[in-house]
Amino acid sequence: MTTNTAETKQEHGMSDAGYIRIAIILAAITALEVSTYYVDFGVLFLPALLIMMVIKFVMVVSYFMHLKFDNKIFSFLFYAGLILAIGVYAAFLATFKFFIQ
Amino acid sequence: MAIIERPAPTVPAIVTPTSTYGLLKRPVSTTGWRSWVFTVDHKKLGIMYAATAMFFFIVGGVEALLIRLQLAAPNGKVLNADLYNQMFTMHATTMVFLFVMPMAAGFANYFVPLQIGARDVAFPRLNAFGFWAFLFGGIFLNLAWFLGGAADGGWFMYAPNSGPVFSPSHGVDFWALGLQITGIASLTGAINLIITVLNMRAPGMTLMKMPIFTWMITVVQFLLLFAVPVITVALFLLSFQRNFGAQFFDVAAGADPLLWQHLFWIFGHPEVYILILPSFGIVSEVLPVFSRKPLFGYPFVVFSGAAIGFVGWGVWAHHMFASGLGPVSVAVFSLTTMAIAVPTGVKIINWTLTMWGGKLWFTTAMKFAIGLIVLFTVGGLSGVTHAVAPSDTQQTDTYYIVAHFHYVLFGGAVLGIFSGFYYWWPKVFGKMLNEKIGSWNFWLMVLGLNMTFGPMHILGLQGQPRRMYQWTEARAGEGFFNLAFWNLVASIGSFILSVGILMFLINVWVTARNPKKAPLDPWNARSLEWMTTNPPKEHNFDVIPTVHHLDEFFHQKFEEDEATHTMKQVKTAEEIMAEQERNADKHIHMPSPSYWPIVLAFGLPIITFGLIYSHLISVVGGVVVLFAAYGWALESSTAPDSDFENNSTGTGLDKVAANHD
Amino acid sequence: MTDTTHGHASSTGISNVKLGMWAFLGSECLLFGGLISTYMLYRGRVSGGPRPSQIFDIPFTSVSSFVLLMSSLTMVLAVSAAHKDDDRKTNLWLTVTALLGATFVGGQVYEFTAFYKEGLGFSTSLFGSSFYTLTGFHGVHVTVGIIMLMSLVGILKRSSVPGKKAEVVEMIGLYWHFVDIVWIIIFTLVYLIPV
Repeated sequence: MTTNTAETKQEHGMSDAGYIRIAIILAAITALEVSTYYVDFGVLFLPALLIMMVIKFVMVVSYFMHLKFDNKIFSFLFYAGLILAIGVYAAFLATFKFFIQ
Repeated sequence: MAIIERPAPTVPAIVTPTSTYGLLKRPVSTTGWRSWVFTVDHKKLGIMYAATAMFFFIVGGVEALLIRLQLAAPNGKVLNADLYNQMFTMHATTMVFLFVMPMAAGFANYFVPLQIGARDVAFPRLNAFGFWAFLFGGIFLNLAWFLGGAADGGWFMYAPNSGPVFSPSHGVDFWALGLQITGIASLTGAINLIITVLNMRAPGMTLMKMPIFTWMITVVQFLLLFAVPVITVALFLLSFQRNFGAQFFDVAAGADPLLWQHLFWIFGHPEVYILILPSFGIVSEVLPVFSRKPLFGYPFVVFSGAAIGFVGWGVWAHHMFASGLGPVSVAVFSLTTMAIAVPTGVKIINWTLTMWGGKLWFTTAMKFAIGLIVLFTVGGLSGVTHAVAPSDTQQTDTYYIVAHFHYVLFGGAVLGIFSGFYYWWPKVFGKMLNEKIGSWNFWLMVLGLNMTFGPMHILGLQGQPRRMYQWTEARAGEGFFNLAFWNLVASIGSFILSVGILMFLINVWVTARNPKKAPLDPWNARSLEWMTTNPPKEHNFDVIPTVHHLDEFFHQKFEEDEATHTMKQVKTAEEIMAEQERNADKHIHMPSPSYWPIVLAFGLPIITFGLIYSHLISVVGGVVVLFAAYGWALESSTAPDSDFENNSTGTGLDKVAANHD
Repeated sequence: MTDTTHGHASSTGISNVKLGMWAFLGSECLLFGGLISTYMLYRGRVSGGPRPSQIFDIPFTSVSSFVLLMSSLTMVLAVSAAHKDDDRKTNLWLTVTALLGATFVGGQVYEFTAFYKEGLGFSTSLFGSSFYTLTGFHGVHVTVGIIMLMSLVGILKRSSVPGKKAEVVEMIGLYWHFVDIVWIIIFTLVYLIPV
């Protein structure tokens, strides 16, 4: 596709060093996630795991995929799909009484 | 083909197309079958979508007539039970996936770029690919008829009934794989149109100055974008169960049959809005033109369309009220289903108020549009009764439901489509469809559809179940509500309906043979697609318009008279077109035709054929797909200037076009 | 078509292809959401075969996950190099990304073979079917990504990419990161939550 925009230089805010820093944070969170396999988190297990998962997800999307710095329309297209998916499939699982232990 | 004007006398440009891989040169024909098969022009693709959809409409219609022949009398002998199952499955599948959806795609492809003042869509080759994938997918689906029997599990194909144990023939495989192919077509088409609407509007055309048809199509594309992946998952699970031994629908292994139902209807409910919103859009164009008044409550019509699209995701389990969901789920979905009647009602009100106080002009297009308002409302009313879960428990799986969805689909979607035919025919083909034949077309269709589907309300409430290949005298009952009489009425009605549709085909034929050309602006229309020639030039607009108003074309023709506060004509359509031609852009690059879309599309049914019969064939299909993908990626979307030698054309861009080969 | 390479502004001022890619990724959320939900529904239905907690090798998969995560870093470095018009570095990072991706896929293949030997086949149980379908779809997406990366390296070497090079790299990058974030979800929900 040769269609390109009139504006050429997008603000690519992060330097390579910045990206590496993000990657180190992601690796640390991953290590923490894996530690739940070895360490007993008790009742905090599930919430901690899910929160870490979401943080990693949002970090990759916002920084590596640059969504945080880009035009809001990209965020709309992606998050619309994501939120719809979460909503619909959560409702779906709920009808199977998935969330009732 | 790139159209380049150079100031020189009329010598045709010589085209030497560049080659990909050193051997394959891109196509350049502007005439003949090649100019259709390799085209990337949204207008040609729109016509091809619509013509193919029309063909499948006839196919689906014949399937329906066979069903009605079988049910006209007790103990019908026209179709045995097995064939009957195939017939109702394929009738619905054909009508939904191979008629209404591609017909809407045809209208959308043709008119959305024109309505927003663009010269084509964002990804022209992807557009072409979408059409060919649809065509090949539709053919693939129907191959099953000749290869062991068509799919026979109903269009919603509930598992485990559709699994390998209960549906052993290949029919369901052709169905599932064929729909995967058409699903790819829908998804790519959706991405294309969304980006087109977001990015390619003429200067000054804000979203709230777009015509309603474009708005409704945009909502539909978002629905497709998010709904198609869901049925994709369901179809994969089914295919894996049938062909690779997966356990998804094996109850003995602990599977829950509701898995299929949920996945299918999470797609299936947005799907019905995908089916109706384009026709809502068409009617929103037609009514103002033939009421000679602007659309009432434009923002309300826009937002109600978006609301329908949004809320439509929350109602799917109303198709499953009798499936054992449990009272909480049923109650929740019953409420959400009632809610969705509201935005639809808003539209009906706005359409009615558009006509109120207008100078109504009852052309055939207008008749069909009014027909939609009345008959869709009938279907909507029965729909409201389904939302009430206890009453739905009686109605579900009976002919009462069949009545509902045929009123909304035929009385709604189809009448809207026919309105679009009569409205836009002069634009696309440069000729007016005959109004007299049109009247016969309309009234026979209205009579036929009411005779066919009206009695089904009675049949349903009297207990006739869906998908039963025969009914008996013993079950028919007596008195006014007896099934025998109303089944016969419905069957006769279906033939009257067919004659009505035949009237349309006759009209097309008669019009094609009539040499009389349509005037430039026959309806005194309002939106930008009318600010072009009939049919539009290949590049649509000589100069891209700058938009200042909603209904821009109307406002170029009419201005408000300060003294009387009425609209006074200040320019005719002919004057506007002449002005455009005088200021025509000198340097217009149109996207070039390409082989790759059709080649890539062709690889898909080869893959799916191989999945059913021999995996080696799939490998071949895969190679075709890969080859075409690379060819496509390495080819620029517009042929470079160097393809066109320095000989040049005079004024007419058409002259250049006509001399390519 | 309004040819934006000649300076005609688009309505939003942003790239068609980038909009298209994000729309596509939005739709992919629905695809993977369906597969993940099916898995979540069926993960405990083992038909007497191996259970998730019996069969998963968390240390192994953790390493695999780390590899894929790092491939996202190398991808972003490739995009960064492309924006600086550094062809050599772009190709280097693209190749490393593809190699890391291939390592991940290799790990998956090894893992699946091990599971199969331990009694978890595709048809063994609902858990088996759902697990292999979900991770299989993800693996296919990674493989397609690797093919695209290597094709891009090949094309960049020939310098004949139609359109701006940096944008193509960025688009493949978006796809690649998406495949990574899907794995972030799968790793947590499938492997780390015991059943």
